[in-house]
Amino acid sequence: MTAWIKRLFVAAVLIFLAAPVVVVAGVSLNEPKRLLFPPQGLSLNWYVELFQQKDWLNALSNSVIVAVFASLLAVSIALPLALYIWGRTGLFARALFGLGVAPFMLPPVITALGFLVFWITIGLYGQMLATVVSHGVFLVTLPLVTISLGLQLVDRQLIEAAETMGADRRMVFRTVILPMIRPYMVSGFAFAFVLSLNEYIIAYMVAGFTVETLPIKIFNSLRYGYTPVMASVAILFVLIAMTVFGLIARFGDLPRLLGAWSPDRE
Amino acid sequence: MTSVRIENLSKTFGEVRAVDGIDLDIPDGKFVCLLGPSGCGKTTLLRLIAGLEAESGGRILVDGQDQAGIPAHKRDFGMVFQSLALFPHLSVAENIAYPLKIRGTGAEERRKRATELLDLVQLPHIEDRAISQLSGGQRQRVAIARGLAIDPKLFLLDEPLSALDAKLREHMQIELRQLQQKLQVTTIVVTHDQREAMTMADIVIVMDRGKVQQAGPPIDIYRRPANSFVADFIGTTNLIPCTVKDGRSIDVLGHEVTLGEEDVINPDVNGSAILSVRPEDVAVTERAGDHTVPGEVAFIRDLGANVEISVRARDLEIRSVCTPKRRPDVAVGQTVGLEFHTGRCTVMAS
Amino acid sequence: MTTPSHRLSARPLAIYPAAMLLVFFLIPFGIMVVVSFFHRVEGAFFEPAFEFANYARFLSPFFGKILATSIGLSAAAAVIGVVVAFPFTYFLTTMPRRQQTVILVFLLSVLSLSEVIIGFAWSTLLSRTAGVSNLLVWIGILDGPQAYTPSLTALLLGLCYLGFPYAVLVIYPALSRLDPELPEAARMSGASPVAAFFNVIIPVMRNTIVGTLILVFVFTLGAYLLPQVLGRPQHWTLSVHITDQAIFQSNLPFSAAMAVFLLLVSLALVGITMLLSQPKGQRS
Repeated sequence: MTAWIKRLFVAAVLIFLAAPVVVVAGVSLNEPKRLLFPPQGLSLNWYVELFQQKDWLNALSNSVIVAVFASLLAVSIALPLALYIWGRTGLFARALFGLGVAPFMLPPVITALGFLVFWITIGLYGQMLATVVSHGVFLVTLPLVTISLGLQLVDRQLIEAAETMGADRRMVFRTVILPMIRPYMVSGFAFAFVLSLNEYIIAYMVAGFTVETLPIKIFNSLRYGYTPVMASVAILFVLIAMTVFGLIARFGDLPRLLGAWSPDRE
Repeated sequence: MTSVRIENLSKTFGEVRAVDGIDLDIPDGKFVCLLGPSGCGKTTLLRLIAGLEAESGGRILVDGQDQAGIPAHKRDFGMVFQSLALFPHLSVAENIAYPLKIRGTGAEERRKRATELLDLVQLPHIEDRAISQLSGGQRQRVAIARGLAIDPKLFLLDEPLSALDAKLREHMQIELRQLQQKLQVTTIVVTHDQREAMTMADIVIVMDRGKVQQAGPPIDIYRRPANSFVADFIGTTNLIPCTVKDGRSIDVLGHEVTLGEEDVINPDVNGSAILSVRPEDVAVTERAGDHTVPGEVAFIRDLGANVEISVRARDLEIRSVCTPKRRPDVAVGQTVGLEFHTGRCTVMAS
Repeated sequence: MTTPSHRLSARPLAIYPAAMLLVFFLIPFGIMVVVSFFHRVEGAFFEPAFEFANYARFLSPFFGKILATSIGLSAAAAVIGVVVAFPFTYFLTTMPRRQQTVILVFLLSVLSLSEVIIGFAWSTLLSRTAGVSNLLVWIGILDGPQAYTPSLTALLLGLCYLGFPYAVLVIYPALSRLDPELPEAARMSGASPVAAFFNVIIPVMRNTIVGTLILVFVFTLGAYLLPQVLGRPQHWTLSVHITDQAIFQSNLPFSAAMAVFLLLVSLALVGITMLLSQPKGQRS
């Protein structure tokens, strides 16, 4: 009886979460240039359109460039930070960790405005570099958390063993630590990548009028009249996210990555 | 006043048969240990009795009443968990009285009962402490007190002492046994430690691969193991291939040994079999003789309280244990004779 | 804790990340605080000054109402989100690992959805032409399709949708590390599964629940697009006005002052909630 209620509840929540995505998917398949659901006539025109219309394609390429470089930047900051914090309990280490986590914890509008005044002050407002760096710093939290989790799994004795065999610190890092935390770096990168693709407010504030990313483009078209291309972009994003997270789950232990302890008891 | 009867009980998890057609009778007021290696199904059996798992087949009867369909919280049992599962947000007294609170007992009565139970487990005056302030042994006792709070029909314990260090564990085994004798509550304990089972139980139930291998009083199981698994799992033993000839004579490592009246030949034995003889029932003689099995000393270990001699006979290593006083004058490499104390041997099917 | 005889990583490692976070996170914040005291210049950005005019400006009923709307909406979204997310996550952690993984992939995908996409998707779902009302008409509950957006309910739904996956992912580690024998011990003590949930799991998870409420609250406080897409102008939150002032009114000092104020309000609320949840002693 209780198992039945449990299933119903979980199913209801999942339907609530899926409903908007399903409707948008339906809308994206419309034949006419209107938002109708259920769709009238089935076509993939609006997906083709996305890759043919210059302004959408431009936004797509902006988004991908920003996401790639921002996630690389995020990992490049997070990796030494995580390594430094690992095994340190001092005030400075904890403050650094807090600083690494903070951008993601505050209301993003505040962070966005901070970036805006900063880029105006140093004269880089409106440049793509501003978007990349802002996103990179904003998303440091994600690889920082995943890499720290990975480091927790590295047994100190492994390092000591490698040292007794004659490895110096650099070799220990290259031959022992790096291979063990690589999957966590990759998933940290992937998390940051997907979130950067979807991020709106920071991209909008620091360079919204010059570097148009896809979310900005969607919002602009939302204001100046509907087009089903918006729906196809949205679905493309959902598919990218599902593929990325699906791959992480396929090649790694997703529950563990999200903080669950050990594998099943059974 | 609770007896338990288990009929053809089984539980499967996917492909795995965790409990595989078990029949058992647990008389009223007994202290029963479910003993076996990890993965033998003992914890699953306990959880089935508790009602925390649903059986895949068979029946559990408590005082003649089929338990199927009675949820765990309506069975009126007490249970101590492996992790102890004390509620961290409640004080000691609140933990102990939780089962009473659920049943609507008033605050004053609950407090009184918690004090009583704390006296019973010899932890007076800690009612208002937080669980995090207690030592491992104290937590253990609080968990036991909580399990006994409602005078349960059955008292179930899942590896209750596994988190304690060796010395405290031995102490708690004795205490738990004394407590049970005082209260006369039917108790079922899961353990993988055969010493623990021997210390506490009226009845030991040895399990392996989801099946009961043998059930009975501890000393019976030690003296007359039903099969080589039980013989090997309970204490240490020498398992030696042998051939049963007519009557009570067997052929061991090329020598004929005549068994006495006291020795056990299990009824399922015919032809080639296994002889189980405990190390303390094997004597090493300085010289091989007609009635002894020859062998070569491989290793001698003097542990102070006793001396252990390993002798290689053919391709087997046979262990003998004796007191230092009776230590034979032998050295590693020397050819010696092995003598089996008749009256203490068991012959079982191979 | 004992200090290891040698460090696992060298001290200079910290220089680069610390510098990056200092230059690109702390300094922008500092500048923002400074700018909030500056004087606005029409046609340009701002000029250095030290005046409280920007702060004085939102000590008005107009901005008071905006603040109340923002806090009320976020608080409601946080409470609803956590009330649903907590049992959901509990059920999730009791599922087989494989099912958990599938649901987590789905949740992460929803989590990463841009606010723009969420806004667009909900406005479509609640619209007259493509929305649920068509389904209701088809079933026979409604006579003709209706639009449910813009409205306060639509906005609240959207905010819940935004905050829900976060709530699940914050609760998930704590619940999946919870000793599974705790609820079982409650059941063996005579508590029904529902009683065990309320008597044991919720009190044990209290700090996690409070933490999640704060996080979701602060997160939805930052929502900028949903109020514009799903709400009416009177539902615009402080975040919308901050952006509006910064981008469209070119009044950075005022916008910065509002951001500082929003930051202080969120920090204060976080502090108060933490204080309230701290004492954990012997109460019956």
